[in-house]
Amino acid sequence: MTADVIIAEGLTRKLTGEVPVTLVDDASLRIGRGEFVVIRGPSGSGKSSLLYLLGLLDRPTAGTLYFDGEDTSAIDEDRLADLRLQKLGFVFQFHFLLAEFSAFDNVLIPMRRLGRLPLQEQRQRAAKLLADLGLADHARKRPSQLSGGQRQRVAIARALANNPLVILADEPTGALDSKSSENVRAILHDLTRREHCSVIAVTHDITFAERADRRIDLVDGKIVNSVST
Amino acid sequence: MSLYADIAASHLRSRRRQTLVSLSGVVLGVAFFLAVSALMRGSERDFIARLVDTAPHVTISDEFRNTRQQPATVAYPGGAVSVKHVKPLAERRGIRQYKQKLAFIDAQPGVTAAPVLVGQAIFSFAGRDESVTLSGIVAARMKRVSSITEDIIAGSLEEIDRDHNGIIIGAGLAKKLSLSLGDTVSVVASQGNVRPMRIVGLFRTGNVRYDEGQTFAQIKRVQALMNRPNVANSIILRLDDAYRARDVATRLERKIGYKSVSWQEASEDILNTLLVRNIIMYSVVGAILLVASFGIYNVISTVVMEKTRDIAILKSMGFHARDVRRIFLIEGLIMGIAGSAVGALGGCGLMALIQRVVVKVPGQAEPIHLPVYWGADQFVLAVAFAMVSAVAAAYLPARKGGSVQPVDILRGAA
Repeated sequence: MTADVIIAEGLTRKLTGEVPVTLVDDASLRIGRGEFVVIRGPSGSGKSSLLYLLGLLDRPTAGTLYFDGEDTSAIDEDRLADLRLQKLGFVFQFHFLLAEFSAFDNVLIPMRRLGRLPLQEQRQRAAKLLADLGLADHARKRPSQLSGGQRQRVAIARALANNPLVILADEPTGALDSKSSENVRAILHDLTRREHCSVIAVTHDITFAERADRRIDLVDGKIVNSVST
Repeated sequence: MSLYADIAASHLRSRRRQTLVSLSGVVLGVAFFLAVSALMRGSERDFIARLVDTAPHVTISDEFRNTRQQPATVAYPGGAVSVKHVKPLAERRGIRQYKQKLAFIDAQPGVTAAPVLVGQAIFSFAGRDESVTLSGIVAARMKRVSSITEDIIAGSLEEIDRDHNGIIIGAGLAKKLSLSLGDTVSVVASQGNVRPMRIVGLFRTGNVRYDEGQTFAQIKRVQALMNRPNVANSIILRLDDAYRARDVATRLERKIGYKSVSWQEASEDILNTLLVRNIIMYSVVGAILLVASFGIYNVISTVVMEKTRDIAILKSMGFHARDVRRIFLIEGLIMGIAGSAVGALGGCGLMALIQRVVVKVPGQAEPIHLPVYWGADQFVLAVAFAMVSAVAAAYLPARKGGSVQPVDILRGAA
């Protein structure tokens, strides 16, 4: 492991209302570069909420989050969006691909938005990512023409488009059959080894957890266990 | 195409039927906007062109704009004593020293002038009497300030110089009294003088009242007939630029003293009516486009609702709120551009159709084609109105789309 990409100190997320709810309670953790971390816990334990906080999609009500050395508590929404674009990739339980775009175009979207590479290089990278994930023959297909496993692999390719530091995966195998699940697990695991990309995955999948470098157990929003494997 | 435009186009394609219905609203709005505007402005321009062509650009009459002040009031303005019930000085009618004034006007650049003595007379022929307006003119000058020579259908204007008893009448009056070229009629002036005059010319302007009621003769003959030797009671002017008439009239009135009325001032009530008509017209056609914009609002609102999950994903990928707003504003823009382009073509088609319609206007002898204005300014106006409506209609849904919080949606979808 190298330097920490994410440092969370006392992260708390509460929902205010008639009945206040604490989603994440005083969570402190560090994620190293290239580390594969799995967050586990029963339903409603705050796994996804913690993931959204770590992925800069949500702001904590208390605590501090450093992302790649930058204190994120003081920065505005646009800067958070820029960090997500440049340094983060998301994979969700449901693929969430744009239905009107082909697999290839879906992968291109983050690169086009960032605009760091010339268009020709963007296209080459999108084609390579899809080929690496075994989807070279499906690049022109729309999500509706792909199987669940293929869609999830397209979503992974999209998450990798801008060469992120961290991939956040929310139940990435939750909607897949066992064969596709194994495929996705292998791909995410391989990423940490090959690309030195950190992966934080929320999952109920026991096999998934066995491959991780570290397991974090969450109960009622609190980290109760953090075990390196 | 930009990423935002790609996404915007994909949204509209996903609601193809609804998009087409909304688009047809904009198309019809723009087409009707253009058709109505072209017809209204065409008729307005046609009317003004006729006004400018047929009426003098400036008329100097033997009147004063303000009544003369009493010498005592001039000498002691605001005096403690005022003179009441003073009878105004009886003035001899007509423009004094009109020939000198004519020479002064002739010296002005871009101005041509002709003296006229206008009076009322009775035409008597074959036991029938008709009241007419008799204008004494100088043919050579009248030719330069009026389009009457273009309306001559028999004889010529110059004939009144060759035959001092010659008179030119309208075709309508000739028909009414069964007169033809060369016939002699008795002309009775309001002063009682009677003179037989020979018809040396016939004209037809298309204006029924004018063709039945206006006559022309040599100014000297009319002066004699009306017992007003060496008098003209108006000077009519034609300008190289008719739209300078107001300035020229003001300047001449200041110099000459007599009331000088431009064609704009003489027709102020009609021009105001045209202005009101334009306001009503643009309000109505603007309302059509406004209604069409509700269609756009409807489509984009639906897309925002349907694509909330996609918006959340885009924002989780790193799209800013303004990027999302831009996508939906582009959707409005696409609708506006496409609707304007097709609407403009449809408008041209409608305008061409309207132009082919022939109508008989009351007061006009000849049927005319409906006048249509093809100026680029109304196309610019229609397109600008459509674009503003479309983008304004897209703004609210765009703002709503931009404010979507990805976490709220992702939590719900998980």
